[in-house]
Amino acid sequence: MVEHRPWLTFLTHAILILGILLIAFPIYTAFVASTHSLDEITSSFPLLPGRHLIENYRQALTVGSGEVGATVGRMMLNSAIMAFGITFGKIFISLLAAYAIVYFRFRFRMFFFWMIFITLMLPVEVRILPTYKVVADLHMLDSYSGLIFPLIASATATFLFRQFFMTVPDELCEAARIDGAGPIRFFIDILLPMSRTSIAALFVILFIYGWNQYLWPLLITTDEKYYTLLIGIKRMLDVGEGQADWQIIMAASILAMIPPVFVVIFMQKQFVRGMTETEK
Amino acid sequence: MKRCKWMLIVAIFVLVIFPASVMAEPVVVNWWFAHGGRLGEKVQSIVANFNSMQNKYKVVATYKGNYHDTMTAGIAAFRSKNPPHILQVFEVGTATMMAAKGAIKPVYEVMAASGQPWSPDAYLSTVTGYYTTPDGKMLSLPFNSSTPVLYYNVDAFKKAGLDPNKPPKTWSEVADYARKLVKAGSPAGFSTAWISWIHVENFSAWHNVPIGTKSNGFGGLDTEFVINSPLHVKHIQQLADWQKEKIFIYGGRRNKGNAKFSAGEVAMYTESSAGYAGFKKTCKFEFRTSMLPYWSGEGGAPQNTIIGGASLWVMAGHSQKEYDGVATFFNYLSSPAVQADWHQFTGYLPITTDAYYLTKGQGVYEKKPGMETALKQMTLNKPTANSRGLRFGNFVQMRAIMYDTLEAIFVGKKTAKQGLDDAVVAGNKLLRKFEKANK
Amino acid sequence: MEKRVVFKNKILPYFLVAPQIIITLVFFIWPASMAIYQSALQEDPFGLSSTFVAFENFIYIFTDPIYINSIKVTMTFSFSVAAIAMSFALLFAVMADRAIRGATTYKTFIIWPYAIAPVVAAVLWYFLFNPTVGMLSFFLKSIGINWNFELNGRQAMILVIIAAAWREISYNFLFFLAGLQAIPKSFIEAAAIDGASPRKRFWTISFPLLSPTVFFLFVMNIVYAFFDTFGVIHSITEGGPNEATNIMVYKVYHDGFESLDLGGSAAQSVILMIVVILLTVIQFRFIERKVHY
Repeated sequence: MVEHRPWLTFLTHAILILGILLIAFPIYTAFVASTHSLDEITSSFPLLPGRHLIENYRQALTVGSGEVGATVGRMMLNSAIMAFGITFGKIFISLLAAYAIVYFRFRFRMFFFWMIFITLMLPVEVRILPTYKVVADLHMLDSYSGLIFPLIASATATFLFRQFFMTVPDELCEAARIDGAGPIRFFIDILLPMSRTSIAALFVILFIYGWNQYLWPLLITTDEKYYTLLIGIKRMLDVGEGQADWQIIMAASILAMIPPVFVVIFMQKQFVRGMTETEK
Repeated sequence: MKRCKWMLIVAIFVLVIFPASVMAEPVVVNWWFAHGGRLGEKVQSIVANFNSMQNKYKVVATYKGNYHDTMTAGIAAFRSKNPPHILQVFEVGTATMMAAKGAIKPVYEVMAASGQPWSPDAYLSTVTGYYTTPDGKMLSLPFNSSTPVLYYNVDAFKKAGLDPNKPPKTWSEVADYARKLVKAGSPAGFSTAWISWIHVENFSAWHNVPIGTKSNGFGGLDTEFVINSPLHVKHIQQLADWQKEKIFIYGGRRNKGNAKFSAGEVAMYTESSAGYAGFKKTCKFEFRTSMLPYWSGEGGAPQNTIIGGASLWVMAGHSQKEYDGVATFFNYLSSPAVQADWHQFTGYLPITTDAYYLTKGQGVYEKKPGMETALKQMTLNKPTANSRGLRFGNFVQMRAIMYDTLEAIFVGKKTAKQGLDDAVVAGNKLLRKFEKANK
Repeated sequence: MEKRVVFKNKILPYFLVAPQIIITLVFFIWPASMAIYQSALQEDPFGLSSTFVAFENFIYIFTDPIYINSIKVTMTFSFSVAAIAMSFALLFAVMADRAIRGATTYKTFIIWPYAIAPVVAAVLWYFLFNPTVGMLSFFLKSIGINWNFELNGRQAMILVIIAAAWREISYNFLFFLAGLQAIPKSFIEAAAIDGASPRKRFWTISFPLLSPTVFFLFVMNIVYAFFDTFGVIHSITEGGPNEATNIMVYKVYHDGFESLDLGGSAAQSVILMIVVILLTVIQFRFIERKVHY
């Protein structure tokens, strides 16, 4: 900092370390619990890892728990399909839509722009029943398309790309036109490569968004084959008269955290960029 | 010559038998149900047996989630003009299903139109009463029904010097026993599951007092709740007061409290008879069941208890051929062997007298006396207008109101009288709303 | 705002926007209008009889003590989550800004909980506070607190606030740190030369310059608490006990899906739509202009 104040520096690091402990504590205990047997969890409060790690994770992945008919392995697959589907789907159609709105003049252009904007004000939570009915009418319940399609049209990605495209110098476009390149050529050869960093930033945000979906899969999947991991974890808790398989639930929770956290840590720079830019 | 013979046989096979079997494509009947886990597997095996016994109809059973999910899915499917043939709906949804006259086909109509022999008298009236019109016409087929009983911890009884062969019959006895159990080291006396179903709805039927006017709603949509009667107030207030002596502790909603019994936190527990299988797995001590306690000298106790669980509704909009399939399947489900097997596997009540006697004849009840408790309790007396069941619209929401009310009473926020009075006002609002929407 | 150089194709743009517009129409606009329409109807769940009742559903819910309670609960919940998440995040951000050594490590460790879904966060805290197996509940009971959030509404509210705020701390931290690091060092140095203590420097210079970020995060936290916390409530308290955690977004789901009260649920959806619109307008109008990076 500006001057040398040892005590303040000590306090700084102390608070930060305390902060990290506070944040990490629930995750640590969850991990520890996932390495013990159920009896050990219900009879004591383990603070150190136990010896059942492989066994618990194997059971979670291949058998699942309680009345939830799907294995954690299957549910992870479903979550992954949904997350990647939403991520790539959203990036794809947003790129196209932003490109159209920025680089073309056509009737209804502003109308479409505002229509897309409105979706920001219509999160799924305010239209639960009617959206469910639409999906049911289209026979998309209990399907991957039902999990993915309704979620790929929201505005944030489109706006991000639009903003980025606006900063692309006009000279590039002019040069391309002079060279005889059509709009599609321009898009693929020039615009897309330039958008790489925005795409990467969005990839992180959208993957987390897609993986962590809860309300939507809850509404439209009743078939165990299509359960996503987060729904499965909740259903494992829902045992009513039985005993919740805490060690499996914790193992499943840890597994649920790994992909998005992994993405955030290894693409941290893009993640930070994505967060600060999409909130504009 | 021999070759000709063989060719003839092959020709006959190819030209006659093969097309004949193809022509007899089984009619598909879709059944949406709400049992997961072991129960779900049992449902599928019943269906598989039916399908393998004949090839005219094929029942396809699909698990749609819990009762809420299944009912919502069924309704959504109806609205998309694509309903299943059979839908399993929990008992509190009965009024909603009944009022949806264009969406359902009453079971008695389905059975009559199919021309198959079928007798409503074969069914246990206390089980079917819930799903029948006041003049005896069956609207839906009971499938899994249970009734609340008292479970008690034999080991804890012995430790407290109580005779396990003499479980408490009245609530006063329950309190006495509870005090002795607590003295002998039990953390608390008793707890309960499904508190509204057991301590308000069944409580009323067991004491032959009404839950609502118009025969608990059977007689008309203009019914009103009367669960704030002096007897109800007395019972709920008593439960609230007993908490101070740890005679009673509240276990949470639905059957979250089951862990308290199996962990030995309470020595007595009122829960559905269907909880038997679960307790068998989780309780490491000996336990037995007995009939629900009652207040001696109050109302007409003991009368009979009412059922909980679900029934099978037939949805409208299908062809007569498909309904014939439904009728055939229902007859199969009601057959003594199938019912007896389902009853013994799940602990749910058998729906026909034949199944009851079959199970009795097999000596099952001697080995598991607890299973007969529920039946005996239900058939103790012929049902009265107060004890056939209930039929209230929007009852799912009423159950939620009851949970809120009872929880407020148990933490001392309201007295029993205040809470029940408020619940009656809120509940009647719901009933009026339902009445209006279904005029 | 507009590009000077554009392409002249007239048909191509329609094809390019088509996917997004079609999905927007089918899955957003159409259902939203249905919700508005349904909120004016009194319907049975099967749709066999529906009567147009105009504002009756709205009157019904606004005179329903449970709905009023739900509004109060949502307010308490969202403000508490925002307050807790923001204050802790600000503290950590200020500290992280000061720390020269290990800054990136701290940053990494405090940011990644954002990746965890609210419902998973809820399950983790539920495990810790569970009356039977939770070690924190054991600790509380041992110091004499009768911890049973399944019966005690206030305790249930505390639990869900902790679960929801925990995760949001990371999000706020990210923005606060960026905001702090955007403050020109010259300001701080000038103040230091003038003899201002670190505390004075923070409150007189940094904090005022951070105020757009504070405002922005406040709105974002409120939106988060209103909508993204559905999973938290659904998985651990289901709105109970006794309506203590029945936030509005949960009630819409519960009334629609479990109680099959279509008109009421639709009316509540419309109310929530108005809330979102208000918050979005506030966000775009008043905040976007002031936040710089």
